[in-house]
Amino acid sequence: MECLKSIGLFVQNQILGMKWLNVVISNGLSAIGVDISTRLGGSVQFFIYDVIRITILLCFLIFIISYIQSYFPPERSRRILGRFHGIGANMIAALLGTVTPFCSCSSIPLFIGFTSAGLPLGVTFSFLISSPMVDLGSLVLLMSIFGAKVAIVYVVVGLIIAVIGGTLIEKMHMAKYVEEFILTASAVDIESPDLTVKDRLSYAKEQMTGTFRKVFPYILVGVGVGAVIHNWIPEHIIQTVLGSNNPFGVILAALVGVPMYADIFGTIPVAEALLAKGAQLGTILSFMMAVTTLSLPSIIMLKKAVKPKLLGVFVGICTGGIIIVGYLFNIFQDLLI
Amino acid sequence: MNIKVIGTGCEKCDQLYANVQEALKITGRVAEVEKIEDLMEIVKLGVMTSPSLMIDGKLVVSGRIAKPDELVKLMK
Repeated sequence: MECLKSIGLFVQNQILGMKWLNVVISNGLSAIGVDISTRLGGSVQFFIYDVIRITILLCFLIFIISYIQSYFPPERSRRILGRFHGIGANMIAALLGTVTPFCSCSSIPLFIGFTSAGLPLGVTFSFLISSPMVDLGSLVLLMSIFGAKVAIVYVVVGLIIAVIGGTLIEKMHMAKYVEEFILTASAVDIESPDLTVKDRLSYAKEQMTGTFRKVFPYILVGVGVGAVIHNWIPEHIIQTVLGSNNPFGVILAALVGVPMYADIFGTIPVAEALLAKGAQLGTILSFMMAVTTLSLPSIIMLKKAVKPKLLGVFVGICTGGIIIVGYLFNIFQDLLI
Repeated sequence: MNIKVIGTGCEKCDQLYANVQEALKITGRVAEVEKIEDLMEIVKLGVMTSPSLMIDGKLVVSGRIAKPDELVKLMK
């Protein structure tokens, strides 16, 4: 048991957390005469370390995940979903949401594709909630910062929100608030092409380079903000605004995070810095979930497909769910980390 | 041969379109190449990811940029 625990710690600290890299960088900086015990030197060290670490994680993760995702094109997910009914379909939709490749730009074709294939609206929404909020990448990333327990609870809670959210939308009979053109679109069920291992590898590589190019600016900004929090913002301010002293910290974090658009990779350094400065776990997770699940671009995109009422319900359910998660994590923080 | 390059006008779709042109040049075959960019048209075809490629109504590439040499094989 002890042995397993130390292997687990090694993976978490050295492989996922890359603590060794920090040592290499601080030695390197000291060698060229940068004093890392000063504020500026510390910021530089944090910045270089985090950019490299997150970039390595990103490339590695996106590659593996894309390879897995190549087995679940949306056409296939749709066919799988057609076989399930009731709340079971919502659960499968939430699960498939975690492995189906997704970006906000493809939400409309996907929406239409699902709906016109006769899938219930609630099932489609379970999918739409889960796919940006919970994915394999966030599982591994959260593990590297907060440990396995937090990561697993995050994913499970995210899936529960997706299932409940979709079910609520179904029960509220929201189908009439979907734009006409989506309901009348006739879609055909087509076969997905068979892929060889080589095709999957080339897809994974293409996804990796594409995501890297798209996300790298967010990483730089995220790490920059993280470095500022880490070295320049006094601990008591963070604790007052986002710590246990402020009962509204979660709500604040969620509301600030919703309109923002960033990749989960960009939110990681900010989250880490906040945690180190005494912000509460649930508050940080609310912020991360809000940033990745809802954003102005995705809301604008979805607005084309659904009427304002349904859009409002969708945003409301997501925000509400995120806030509840935040408070739950805050209450159970001591048990989790 | 009818080739449809499917996608809502993103950078990746242009890349796939260029690769199709190159593959046609390599094989020397003549084909009717269409760019399907209208969302409703895409949905009617049953495609949900871009960029995708159909040859004579069969989906052969889904959600990725196929290289010219791969496209050459698909055109045979």
